[in-house]
This record gives sequence, C-alpha cells and structure tokens, in this order.
Amino acid sequence: MKALILVGGYGTRLRPLTLTVPKPMVEFCNKPILLHQVEALVKAGVKHVILAVSYMSELLEREMRAQEQRLGIKISLSHEKEPLGTAGPLALARELLTDSEEPFFVLNSDVICDFPFEDMLKFHLRHGREGTVVVTKVEEPSKYGVVVYEGDTGRIHRFVEKPQVFVSNKINAGMYIFSPAMLSRIQLRPTSIEKEIFPVMAEEGHLYAMELQGFWMDIGQPKDFLTGMCMYLQSVRQQAPDKLHTGPGFLGNVLVDPTAVIGKNCTIGPNVTIGAGVVLEDGVRIKRCTVLKGAHIRSHSWLESCIVGWSSSVGQWVRMENVTVLGEDVIVNDELYINGANVLPHKSITDSVPEPRIIM
Amino acid sequence: MLKAVILIGGPQKGTRFRPLSFEVPKPLFPVAGVPMLQHHIEACSKLPNMKEILLIGFYQPNEELNRFLSCAQQDFKISIRYLQEYAALGTGGGIYHFRDQILSGGTEAFYVMNADVCSEFPLPEMLDFQKEHGDTYSFVIFGTTANRKQSLNYGCIVENEQTDEVLHYVEKPSTFVSDIINCGIYLFTPEIFQHIGTVFQKNQQDMLLEEQSNGWHRAEVIRLEQDIFTALAGQSKLYVYKTDRFWSQIKSAGSAIYASRLYLNQYHKTHPERLAVNEDGGPNIRGNVYIHPTANIDPTAVLGPNVSIGTGVTIGAGVRVRESIILHGATLQDHSCVLNSIVGWDSTIGKWSRVEGTPSDPNPNDPYAKIDSETLFRDGKLTPSITILGCNVNIPSEVIILNSIVLPHKDLNRSFKNQIIL
Repeated sequence: MKALILVGGYGTRLRPLTLTVPKPMVEFCNKPILLHQVEALVKAGVKHVILAVSYMSELLEREMRAQEQRLGIKISLSHEKEPLGTAGPLALARELLTDSEEPFFVLNSDVICDFPFEDMLKFHLRHGREGTVVVTKVEEPSKYGVVVYEGDTGRIHRFVEKPQVFVSNKINAGMYIFSPAMLSRIQLRPTSIEKEIFPVMAEEGHLYAMELQGFWMDIGQPKDFLTGMCMYLQSVRQQAPDKLHTGPGFLGNVLVDPTAVIGKNCTIGPNVTIGAGVVLEDGVRIKRCTVLKGAHIRSHSWLESCIVGWSSSVGQWVRMENVTVLGEDVIVNDELYINGANVLPHKSITDSVPEPRIIM
Repeated sequence: MLKAVILIGGPQKGTRFRPLSFEVPKPLFPVAGVPMLQHHIEACSKLPNMKEILLIGFYQPNEELNRFLSCAQQDFKISIRYLQEYAALGTGGGIYHFRDQILSGGTEAFYVMNADVCSEFPLPEMLDFQKEHGDTYSFVIFGTTANRKQSLNYGCIVENEQTDEVLHYVEKPSTFVSDIINCGIYLFTPEIFQHIGTVFQKNQQDMLLEEQSNGWHRAEVIRLEQDIFTALAGQSKLYVYKTDRFWSQIKSAGSAIYASRLYLNQYHKTHPERLAVNEDGGPNIRGNVYIHPTANIDPTAVLGPNVSIGTGVTIGAGVRVRESIILHGATLQDHSCVLNSIVGWDSTIGKWSRVEGTPSDPNPNDPYAKIDSETLFRDGKLTPSITILGCNVNIPSEVIILNSIVLPHKDLNRSFKNQIIL
C-alpha cells in the first residue's frame, strides 16, 4: 500500500523552529513529526510513502534515505515546481499512486493523533466508494469547516465553512483514504482538495466520513504544538505508561530522553518533553514545555509553555513563559524575564522581553 | 559649640514613599541596613564640638522613634531630642519655633539637614568653608551640580564664582536658571533667626491686612528656601559650598534603593565591617551587600550587588537577590528571584517566584544626573518602577510580580504586572 503526505512548503507557521530544520524533522515528543505518521503507516502495511514537498532540503532527503533503510520501505520525494495546493500533489504523483488497484492514504503533515489507518482501510473497503475522510469532534465548530454526513452510514452530504448556526461539530481531520479512480478528478494545477474536489465527490455519493476516536491536533503552530504535546503524552500514559519518566521531582506526564542529564531539586512536569543530550541544572522548574536536543537550562530557572530550540542555552534565574519559542542555538542571559518571545536562531538575548514579540 | 537640626517632616509628608511609610516613619526606613536618619546622626556625632542633635517634625511621639532615639544616643554618645511641631510649620517655621532650644547653652553655629537626603555629609568642610568666606555671621548652603533639565526640580543657586556668594536663589524654577542646586543641608549662625523673625512679623502684618484670612494659612509657616534664601541672596550673607561627592534625595521608594547603593559603596571607607564577604559556608556575594547578623541565608543563595538584608530574614536555597532591600522578617523561598524591589516586613515569596521592578537610576553617562523621583502615573499609566511589597504580603509559588506596588497584608494568588494592588 501507498501513502502520500502533504508536507508542503517552508512550515512558516512553526517558525522560528523551521528556519533551521525542515518541519517534518522537528521533533514532536522526541520523534520527528513525520516519523509519527510514517511509522503508523508502516504498521498498517504501507510499503511506499510519497512526500509531496514544494521545496527541496538535502537534510530531509538524507534523513529519508536513512529511514528507508531503518523501516524497510520506499520513501519518494515528489517535488512541486510551484505550490499545487492540497489536491495538485496527487496529480503530480499520479503514476506512483496508480500502479496498482489498491487504495492509498493521503495525510496533512501537521496532524497528530492515534492514527487509525487500519480502521480507515476497513471502513473504506466496506462502503466501496472512492473516498473516506476522517473527521474529529471539536468544541467550537464555528472556527472550522464542518462536515455534514449520515450518522449510520457515514455518507457525506456537504461541507459548511465556518458555520454561524450549528450544523455539525465534526471537522475534516486531514487524513484520507482514496481509491485510485478518484485521481481522474484531479488535474495538474493548483487545486484545493477540500474546496474543489470533495464537494463534487460528496454530491455524487463517493465520499464517506469516519469518526476518529481519541485525541487529534493540528500542531502546525507553536501554541498548538504544545497543546498537542499534552494530548499525546496523555495518550502515552494510557497506552504505554512505561515510556514516561516518574520519580521524585516529576509531576504528571513527562517524557525524558535517556541521554538527558537532570540536576538536583528540579521539579519537572506536568507535560514536559526533554530531548536527547539536554542538560537541566539544579533547581530548575519546568512545566508544559518541549526542550529540544542539546539544549541547556541553567539552575533555578522557571519555564512554562515554551519550546526551547536545539542547542539553546537558558541562563540562571530566567523566567520564560507564554509560548516563548527559542530557535536553534539561542542564548538567554541570566536573570531575564521572557514573555511570549519568538527568538530567531543564533540570537543572544541580553534584555528581558516583558511583552510578546519577535526577536530578529 | 555646635548643634544640628534634622527636619524629619511628618506623616502627611512622604506620600511618594507609600506604602512603606505606613509601617514606619520614613526617616527610620533602613537605607544600607540602618535607619535613613542614622547616617545623618553619625556624621554629626563625628564633629568634636557637636553638643546636641534635635529632630524637628510633626510625627506624634511613637515607639519606633523613641526606640531609635534611645539607641542612637547610646551608640553615638550624644544628646538627641525630638521636638514635635504643633503643625507643619515649614523648614524655616520649625526651627524658628524651637529657636530657644537650638540656641540654649550658647550655640555658635548649627546645621540644618533634611532627613530625606543621602550624602557624604561634608560637615567639617562646611565649617571650614564658613570660616574662610565672609564674616562669622555668614550662612552656608551645601550645593552640587545638576544637569540643566533636572535642575528645574530643585532650588537653584547662582553664585559669584570668585567668592562663592549666593547672588540669586530660586526654588524649582520653570526655566533654566543655574545648574548649582540646593542639597538641603545648611550651616547657620544664630543670626538666621533675625531674618526668619523679620519674615514672621511681616506675615503677621499681612494677615491683619487681609479681610478674611484663610484658615490654614499661618504666619508661623515659613519656608527657608522661598522665604529666606531668596531674600538673603545678594546680601553678602549666604554662600554656597559645592562638592561633587555623592548626594541624592530620597523621595520615592525607588530612590531608597539608589541611596542604599551610594551608602554601601561608602561603607568600604567608613564601615567595612558592614559589608558581607564571600566565605566558606556562606552565600555567594557579588559586589556590595549588607546582611544583618540575625538573617538566615542558605549558602547556595546569590546576593548582590546592592542588596540589604534586614533582621530575621530567611533566604532559601538557590535564591537570587540583586539591587533590592529585604526588610525584617521576610522569607524568600527556594529558587525565588528578587530584582530591583523592596520586600516588606514579614512578607513571603514562594518557590520559583520572581519579584522584579524597573530601576529609575540616574543616567550613568551623565556625571551630573540625579535620580528622577517622578510621579507614579504618566499619561494615565503606571510608570514602570521598582516593585514594592508592603508589610506582610504573601506571594505564592511560581508567579511573577513585575513593576507593581502591593499594599500591606495582601495574599496574592496569581501573577501581576504594572499594577497597584490595593
């Protein structure tokens, strides 16, 4: 089986992290975002993953070659010369996707959940039509495009963009499975699958909705990245609690790479991910944060709701909060207060940032 | 024989020092570990002919003041008395009212000092200067140089550069007059009372002429600056002794931190025993730090520069304090961080909390810059200032209190920024 992942462009919403690392390779809960999806696909029997990218990155290519080896599958990069939207990349990869009659998966690359690929395949084969869209329940449907479908069969009637009156609380979760016949609907030009392809398929009775169980998050921006981390760690707690770190000084769900070094009298958690080679000195308090590979947090600092970029260094008695994101190799001097800053890579911060802003 | 008068004001004054002046009369607020007034008293007590120090003000007699007076009398072995005005009589009216007390015993000259200044107090130098200038009846104002803009906030002195005679005096002018400012420390001879008496009599006559005198206006209220110095200027009576050694007003709480820094720096010469040093088993000291011997400080704490720790303060592991005054009985729990703040008596700061203010230090690149004791609000917004926790304030763990003033006896339950918390 095959899968196409819509990786897309530069990942600008996840800057400043994506200024130095391609988005698919940014670690989410100590694993590159893309590998969460690829590994779940492999588990469901996918042998060939196609990444639809609109820019080329040597780093990404090299990493994918390594993953091909590790996972024993084929990974192709399908490069768009111009951005083709969410449907165009399917046309570009048409030949790869139509060399068998098997259905194939299509995913948005920013989605994190308990991937239900095997259930999708079963559901899709059962209704026998061209497409299946995974839907997930949201609290505020008025912020999204919602999907209206038959409760018992899942057959989709229509899509409503940002509904002002309640029609449904289910939204497109960005995961699909299609039969190859569906590709005849798409031409090689910039096209939106949600706005141009799906409504027609629904009209013709070719599109079915499958409800997702469990959590779901689009982690394409820092705030949601952290929310998604909390959800993911809770899911780990339920499914594989042994992976979480426990003991004195650890609160709630905390994921710690075995190569990280943690000092005395720290209080860590809830909802913290500590990457490889990270050093937390004595007396650090950290909650609801992701600390990426090689970062160093010096003693007595306090961090909440932050993403600390690779190899960054946070000084002593620093207070950092409110979705502060440090890019790669940022230095925060001692005793500063950093509130909601987005700090570009390789910067040295010498003054407090009392109000949210971007540090160029 | 010499005497000294320290004008300590009263409870209605010093509002810019709130909420700290609710708990203790402002002149007793500790600066560099000792009451503000003690620096004046110590300087006076070093003069060989100093017979008595008189505090004049309109505080009701109170326990703190009494305790301070009896301790200071013992420590400095000099008579110190408090003379209470029946009302606020102004800087000239107060000394005029108590002129008999000041002159009793044959006072030849006496100093008058405002309590809310911090200075090296060059009192012997002022005495020598008086002898060298004019006749023995001349009066001396201690002056210093300010920058042009800030001079407008002070009494401004124009001098004859050859003789140092004061040619012109104006209090807080609206346009630039002179960059020599009045430091609020004077040396008078008994003759000054003739000049004040003249103003007093004139005031009385004016009031008789007024049909309906305003109830609050009294003939006895006389200001040295506007009523006396302005008239004496150009009369070959008034001279200015200038020095650029350290001097600052202590109007706002923020200036108390600045004044502490100046005094702590002076301790290298005057009281090296008051400066904490790095030793085994003690906290990490950076720069000038005063720690009262009764304070209990974890060896992993890092203190300084410019930190004063009062009696019975408890400081936990991994605590950081810089540019701050911690008043007696306060507790700073582990990993907390206090920067540019005054932590009130018996207040508590929880683990990993951050209490931070914004210093209002004078421009370090301008040798004549003074601290701005500006108003709390500008354009309807609280100007960023040092953070002040009043007495018995409780700050929970892991919050930030930034540029805020917390009134006494508050238990906070979250972070606050740029607020006055009633």
